[in-house]
Amino acid sequence: MNVKRYLPLFILVSLAVAVQLLVTLTGQAFYLTQLTMSAYYTIVIIGLCMLMGYAGQISLGHAGFFAIGGYVSAALTTADMTGMASGGWGRILQKTGCIITVNDIYGANICRLNPWLAFAAAVAATVIIAYCIGGPVLRLKGHYLAMATLGFGSIIYKIVLGAKIFGGADGISGVPSFTLAGRLSVNGNIDARISNYYIAWAGVALATFLMHNLVNSRAGRALRAIHGNEEAAGAMGINTARYKLNLFVLSAVFASIAGIFLTHYNGGIGPSEASVMKSVRYVAIVAVGGMANLWGAILAGIILNFLSLRGYFGSFDEAVFGSILVIMMLFAPQGLLVKPGWGIRLFAWTRKTGGGSGHGAA
Amino acid sequence: MTFDILLQYFLSGITSGSIYAIVAIGFNIIYNTTGIINFAQGEFVMLGAMIAISLSGYMPLPAAIAGAVLLTSVVGALVELLFIRWLKNPTVLRMVIITIGVSILLKEAALHIWDEKVRSLRYFSGNECSSISLFGAHVSPQVLWVLLTCAVVVVFLSLFFKHTLIGRSMRACSANRTASVLCGINAKNMVTFSFMLSAAIGALAGCVISPLTQTHYECGTPLAIKGFTVAILGGLGNSSAAVLAGLLLGIIEAASISILPVAFKDVIAISVLLAILFFRPSGLFGSKEEGRLKEF
Repeated sequence: MNVKRYLPLFILVSLAVAVQLLVTLTGQAFYLTQLTMSAYYTIVIIGLCMLMGYAGQISLGHAGFFAIGGYVSAALTTADMTGMASGGWGRILQKTGCIITVNDIYGANICRLNPWLAFAAAVAATVIIAYCIGGPVLRLKGHYLAMATLGFGSIIYKIVLGAKIFGGADGISGVPSFTLAGRLSVNGNIDARISNYYIAWAGVALATFLMHNLVNSRAGRALRAIHGNEEAAGAMGINTARYKLNLFVLSAVFASIAGIFLTHYNGGIGPSEASVMKSVRYVAIVAVGGMANLWGAILAGIILNFLSLRGYFGSFDEAVFGSILVIMMLFAPQGLLVKPGWGIRLFAWTRKTGGGSGHGAA
Repeated sequence: MTFDILLQYFLSGITSGSIYAIVAIGFNIIYNTTGIINFAQGEFVMLGAMIAISLSGYMPLPAAIAGAVLLTSVVGALVELLFIRWLKNPTVLRMVIITIGVSILLKEAALHIWDEKVRSLRYFSGNECSSISLFGAHVSPQVLWVLLTCAVVVVFLSLFFKHTLIGRSMRACSANRTASVLCGINAKNMVTFSFMLSAAIGALAGCVISPLTQTHYECGTPLAIKGFTVAILGGLGNSSAAVLAGLLLGIIEAASISILPVAFKDVIAISVLLAILFFRPSGLFGSKEEGRLKEF
């Protein structure tokens, strides 16, 4: 493994470990909760950063994919499977572990769907929806693309808000924990705080690793060509539509997986996770970090999400993200952390050139 | 499906449809002069209603509405001066994101100036219990006020753009900006004026619809989405088609209640938006050849 290439990744991992040790040793372990949630939101940001930076497609509906993942897995894992467990198929399903028996808070045995199956179903649903929506949407440009993705996000929001099966305005609560392997499980228990923190940050590290490899691969070079000049890339024989669509679906899957894990961590999900404001929040963070700048987006994602979750913005939460968006777009459309004058060349990792003008995206 | 029910759906549809049409006309005015889609249009509607409600505590209703229209057009001018005027050759995407951010800022400002409560303006004539019977359908007199306002706005705008100097200057700007600058028209001021005009008619629409659909700080965003749908449906830039398209969308939405639960009414409008964007982005009344030349 080329150490120099993956140096920022090692730095990120060691920073995560350092923060955890610091926080636990100073007795302020409660920060770990918000850091874990920030990590899951950062996974969404990583996917969106790739989409906006490399395919140049703005997506104002990514909270919709987050919600699809979260809601499908929540609805499936909280559905009562006792009826199915006693039927003809019941024994087979229980033997294979498709349906698991857990003790509810009253101590009785209830049957629930295996969280791994719910996970698979949620990701499958996301992939299908992303392919269906992505095809037509990615043919649009400019304000039509923005509105189409905004509309998609709004449709998802209205559906989860209105449908009984998704709990209506109350959302779904009581989502069980998600056992990953042995004793590692994603849940909200206080004793499992530290292991959950590491699970979340392992997820971020894995997502970064995957995206980093994508950017430096053949497909990544095709994407960079598309980002530079779509017509020229097409003239060179790159199937731009297919690459853009695949990247769209990939970023949707990232958002969806983040949604699934965050739902299990929080033990529930509400319709506000699908709202337009959340999508705008993700776009604002990517804009601050720099459109195609993976590390900038991660840094901005961690900081802004942590501050927002801790409540430092108070009732001005949405206003802060809105003004970040406006200020970024007015003064620094290429993002803050790519300006060469800042001297943080480390963060311009995936883009050799700093501010470029006339690119397709912003 | 008796005639009364159909008529009721029809009247309910054209009421909300005429509001969407006015918002779409606001979109079209700004788009024609500058090529920007101003997502803050819905917030102008909301602001007009909110300001009128606050002012109506101190002055009679017509004065409150006039004051609200004036103040909202000042806000529109400020938006243009602060965020749009000094940008040099911005890309379309950048402008989209900026106007979305501006709409969020206006919304949050409204939340903090007023609060999250739902308010409404006084009914213009009568109260919430009065109703008029029209061929078997019962409507509130406010509905007639809405339709009257929409008709007045459309007529006023067509006269304005045809016969006044400023209106013709704006049309010149939208046709060819460089040529109009060469003719001595101050294009930058025309842009500011177009924002003011859009804000003013949006505020008027907000005031007149406020008794029927209550006003709260978040009511601007769905209006912006539906107004954009109507603008696209009629062909972007085409105001008279926007009126027809608005009425059409309003009727579709009203009739959808007979099939889907009311909670999914907005889903219908947005699905119409997606369908139009995917299959016919030049709009129902726009020409297809021209659509192929435009960049969608």
